[in-house]
Amino acid sequence: MSEITVVKEFIIENFLFGEEEQLLLDTDFFDEGIIDSTGVIELVSFLEERFNISVDDEELIPENLSSLQNINLFLQKKLNKKDA
Amino acid sequence: MKFTKDSINIEPAKEFEKISSKLKEDVIKKLKKRGAVVGISGGIDSSVVLAICARTFGSDRVLGVMMPENDSNPDSLNLAKKLSAKFNTKYVVENMTDALAGFGCYKRRDDAIKDVFPEYNNSYKAKITLPSNLLEKESLNVFQLTIIAPDGKTKSERLPLKEYLQIVAASNFKQRSRMSMLYYHAESRNYAVIGTGNKNEHEQGFFVKYGDGGADIKPIAHLFKTQVFQLADYLEVPEEIRKRTPTTDTYSAEQTQEEFFFRVPFGILDRIWFGWEQGIPSKKIAEVLELTEENVDSIIRDTQRKIRTTEYLRMEPL
Repeated sequence: MSEITVVKEFIIENFLFGEEEQLLLDTDFFDEGIIDSTGVIELVSFLEERFNISVDDEELIPENLSSLQNINLFLQKKLNKKDA
Repeated sequence: MKFTKDSINIEPAKEFEKISSKLKEDVIKKLKKRGAVVGISGGIDSSVVLAICARTFGSDRVLGVMMPENDSNPDSLNLAKKLSAKFNTKYVVENMTDALAGFGCYKRRDDAIKDVFPEYNNSYKAKITLPSNLLEKESLNVFQLTIIAPDGKTKSERLPLKEYLQIVAASNFKQRSRMSMLYYHAESRNYAVIGTGNKNEHEQGFFVKYGDGGADIKPIAHLFKTQVFQLADYLEVPEEIRKRTPTTDTYSAEQTQEEFFFRVPFGILDRIWFGWEQGIPSKKIAEVLELTEENVDSIIRDTQRKIRTTEYLRMEPL
């Protein structure tokens, strides 16, 4: 299963209670009210634990976490850095 | 409309008359109450509300309730007393520490702090804050826990979910206990409880549901903090209160409202928010306030996110 599919499943399960229709790759979690400030902490903890990465405070920006698309890019960057 | 730095300014005398006549109508005719109870903290918002109530109902129909607890700054009580003296209103002091200890407020909060910093004990001070660099970078609202050791050394850590929720839930006993106390004093006199939240707090969700958000009337919930200061000048609220930096007075370490929640100085936040509400383009707001368009947009987005994600706080039971 690809990383982004894992993240998508987590978001559907945790924030959308299984209703995945409203979640597209570029859906903005914050604009759509899918994830609030508590949700950001949950999401970051999930990414850190599931992918064994550490997210720095400076990386907690919408550009990295506001949509599946952005998370995918961010994750690839983090995972590549880890492998390097 | 022509947008300038002063566009946000109100005409304080007119604003006072408007608030006062509505307050009278609401308290006397709609709620059928005989006076007003206001929780006073020595902060600008509660001071303005007490002053409005004193001028609206007469000093003898207004009661100020001071509710310090273990973590309160002693200045708050002294300022609240000065305020009561200035407006000639009666006051009572209710120390909330025992009630809060009974709820386990301090213990539950401290247990969560110790999960993050095992060395934390009673001799330390603690606070939670948001990153304050919103003007430099658009970051998400993720809380940090900071502890200050007796020797002044500080340590900060991003809060994990469980500990964050426990610290906030435990701390909210403070506002909810205060609301119970305010209603005790109101009901025992047949008075109404007058809320003290301003527009920044009410719309961005900087209040505790059924805590400081629990009141019969919220007469300044439409005013930006900047406008509350203007009204404070007009009502001649004591200068020490007007000059004081707004704090939360909730955590043991000194904590401004800006670092806890709002992330930018009120003078900037309010003017951007006001401009955005009036439909002024970001470019124009940026030009007037000498900021970049990017700064303005990121503050608008942060405000929009806070309004959207705190909707639940303003909802009636469904």
